[in-house]
Amino acid sequence: MTDRVHSSIRTPLGRVRYLGSAKHGTGHFWRQRLTSAANVPLTIAFILIVMSLLGRNHAAVVQILGSSFVSITMLLFIISSVYHMWLGMQVIIEDYVHDENWKIVSLMANTFFSFAVGLAAAFAILKLSFGF
Amino acid sequence: MAEAKTTRLKDRPLSPHLQIYKPMLTMMMSIVHRITGAALFFGMLLLVWWLIAAAAGPNAYASVQWFMETLLGRLILFGYTWALIHHMLGGIRHLVWDLGYGFGPAEREWLTVATLVGSVAITVLLWFVGYLVMGGIR
Repeated sequence: MTDRVHSSIRTPLGRVRYLGSAKHGTGHFWRQRLTSAANVPLTIAFILIVMSLLGRNHAAVVQILGSSFVSITMLLFIISSVYHMWLGMQVIIEDYVHDENWKIVSLMANTFFSFAVGLAAAFAILKLSFGF
Repeated sequence: MAEAKTTRLKDRPLSPHLQIYKPMLTMMMSIVHRITGAALFFGMLLLVWWLIAAAAGPNAYASVQWFMETLLGRLILFGYTWALIHHMLGGIRHLVWDLGYGFGPAEREWLTVATLVGSVAITVLLWFVGYLVMGGIR
């Protein structure tokens, strides 16, 4: 037994099995709060953008959504919201899906869905902005 | 992934769960916060559909507009609006709590009621403005 082992409260068996802290700590909690704080002004901006598009025809919608400021705001809203919902759904899955295999499948599906939805939205905004 | 497979849990008495407690407003709003969050997760599909249709062209955009005009479309949009506002206000409440404020018996009830009343009021106001001032969803 060396001093290094004694300085930890983890047992040698626990160490071998990789039990205990994964050294990620409060990272998940923090990123959820970070994105939630970002989402407050971004959601208000998103609502204002949608309200300004009500009743307008396609050409006007494309012009407004494609303008630089609106595009950048929408991209920020999409990125922050999708990241936030990815983290949130992960917590829901971990709370309710107890079967190990189903949990892994659900967590993968959550990641795939979030990335697909986020990328699709970002692509559409960029397409509107660059007009190709 | 590295779970101790050797220790399988027996049926042991569980700690009191949801059905034991009398429903409280803060508790119900906590549940609603999660439900609205999950709804917004899938509601993101609505936003993506709208954006892709706008990027695709006038015909695709017209079909989205047609659907949003139907009763079902409007109900979904109204629900989406409320879920978004409610989750946002609930999130602000949680951020206040995260900073350590608003935990007093009166404060936490007041905050929770404000979330509920505020979300309904803002949703109705937004739809009122949408319909009357901006010409509505066409």
